[in-house]
Amino acid sequence: MASPLTQTKPAASKSSKTNGSRNTFASTFVLDFEKPVIELERKIAEMRGLATGPGMDTLKVEIDKLEKKANKLRKEIFAKLTRWQKVQLARHPRRPYMLDYVERICDTWLELHGDRCYADDHAIVAGFASIEEEQVLLIGQQKGRGTKDNLFRNFAMAHPEGYRKAIRLMTLAQKFNRPVITFIDTPGAYPGLGAEERGQAEAIARSLYEMARLTVPIIAIVIGEGGSGGALAISVADEIHMMEYSIYSVISPEGCASILYRDATEAPQAAEALKLTAEDLKEIGIIDNIISEPSGGAHENFDASAAAIKAVILSSLKRLKAIPTEKLIAARHKKYEEIGFWLDR
Amino acid sequence: MAIEWFKRDEAAFSPTQKKTSEDALWIKCDSCSEIVFKRELEKKLLVCPKCSNHFAMDGEKYIEILTDKDSWTEIGANLRSQDPLSFRDQKKYSERLSSAIKTTGKNEAITVGRCTIDSISVVLGIMEFSFMGGSVGSVVGEKIARAVDTAIQDRSGLILISRSGGMRMQEGMVSLMQMAKASVKLTQLSEAKLPYISILTHPTTGGTTASFSMQGDVIIAEPGALIGFAGPRVIKQTIGQDLPDGFQRSEFLLEKGFLDRVVHRKDLRQTVVQVLRFAMKDNDSA
Repeated sequence: MASPLTQTKPAASKSSKTNGSRNTFASTFVLDFEKPVIELERKIAEMRGLATGPGMDTLKVEIDKLEKKANKLRKEIFAKLTRWQKVQLARHPRRPYMLDYVERICDTWLELHGDRCYADDHAIVAGFASIEEEQVLLIGQQKGRGTKDNLFRNFAMAHPEGYRKAIRLMTLAQKFNRPVITFIDTPGAYPGLGAEERGQAEAIARSLYEMARLTVPIIAIVIGEGGSGGALAISVADEIHMMEYSIYSVISPEGCASILYRDATEAPQAAEALKLTAEDLKEIGIIDNIISEPSGGAHENFDASAAAIKAVILSSLKRLKAIPTEKLIAARHKKYEEIGFWLDR
Repeated sequence: MAIEWFKRDEAAFSPTQKKTSEDALWIKCDSCSEIVFKRELEKKLLVCPKCSNHFAMDGEKYIEILTDKDSWTEIGANLRSQDPLSFRDQKKYSERLSSAIKTTGKNEAITVGRCTIDSISVVLGIMEFSFMGGSVGSVVGEKIARAVDTAIQDRSGLILISRSGGMRMQEGMVSLMQMAKASVKLTQLSEAKLPYISILTHPTTGGTTASFSMQGDVIIAEPGALIGFAGPRVIKQTIGQDLPDGFQRSEFLLEKGFLDRVVHRKDLRQTVVQVLRFAMKDNDSA
């Protein structure tokens, strides 16, 4: 995105304001429960095409009515989403990804590469960014759009070198006293031969350890899929925020279903049992805040989603930067020490 | 990340089966198929005399071979998980817990206590694979937290013996967060300049490996232990081919640079003592 030598303004998206990639297969993807609204909207668009001439007032009234109906329908559907439907939204192929947010939130962005040990992992993106007056380090998992891009990004499933890149840059942020902001969006750490050989477990463990004692503020934002240890590895933080339709889970619903019910198609049931939505996790005190998404989900309006995240980042930074380092770390520790439900009989 | 012990052949773990194997005079080695006289095997610390295969060993036996006689006092024995998600699959989580307590005689997947090893003050934690696959939930996390607090308070070293399939999915995200909790506590131990020795035994996988097991100042494994992040079955599925011999075993990890040493059970105590003596100045004269 940016040249390696200069800080540049993130490239503006050429496409429409709601979605950065209308021309890919993924851009036409629609979930079952989105269909009724999408169909209504298609009808409205058609009628709009007809209603350009003069004397079409009755048609315009009709369009208004349909629009209201579509909005109402969407609200109704989204008000009673099941956990499994939220899983599908979190994985929506049209959902905004890390770099979609970077280009909308940051004034400048300088991506930095490599773990200085083995390779550059494209599943994890990291770089220096400025957001208004703030200089911050951004780290996040990056999904790809379309097959080719997804292969390049390894479906946002990081290898050890991804976590080692993150650790390297977090340590650098600490050195220059800059806050760290992470964007979580991964099905999990990659379970492959090379990943094991190069110490996937050690890389994650090290990242958890370094984040636990990092002397600068850390803000984690789950923007899509929070897949188990691979997600946790960059989300030990002073504040954890989740997008309204993102998920965060110890195991994928499919994985859980194939173990507990011996049948991966029971994933919807497993999703219910795992309590993996933002709402669930706020309730049991795992996360600090839920970021509301635009009507119909983040993919319906990238700009509005980015604006909501930006506002949260700025207010969170203001809060955390005011806390002296020692107190910051003590509060972070206290938060994690208190997580758990046990009785001492 | 979460564990897969449910997939195992239930019969192999059923209490009746276990009883007969406990009563047997002869045991067949999983590795070399040698038939070994049980009493002989016990004398050899449950290590096959022919091929050195390390059989699973009970927590009490580790206490016996590592710690000074009568020095052990347990910490947090009364901690019980609260089933935060009211989780239920084919069975309620609360029922799984009580049946695990009944069949294993342990109160959780880790036992933690104060002890001395060669007169050096130590807090020792031993995980129990027989207890729900050694899975880590609230109680395991809290016991590790208390182990660290105790070590700091007593100026003791910390030793954790891992064998675990990973995080306990019946506690959902609460269990995943125990990885972060343990990490936070271990940074405190480090800050206090106290040593943490992590001992990995067969098998240690998932979030356990990806947190406290790999955070030791010194990391030791028993020979032949399966140690990894993803389980072999998952990797096999991902790459669509068989895994090379010895992949994810202790010796492989040593070769790749992720372990300090692979140590035979009979040498475990001596090794631990050497590390503790190096790390703990207060024991220079002891």
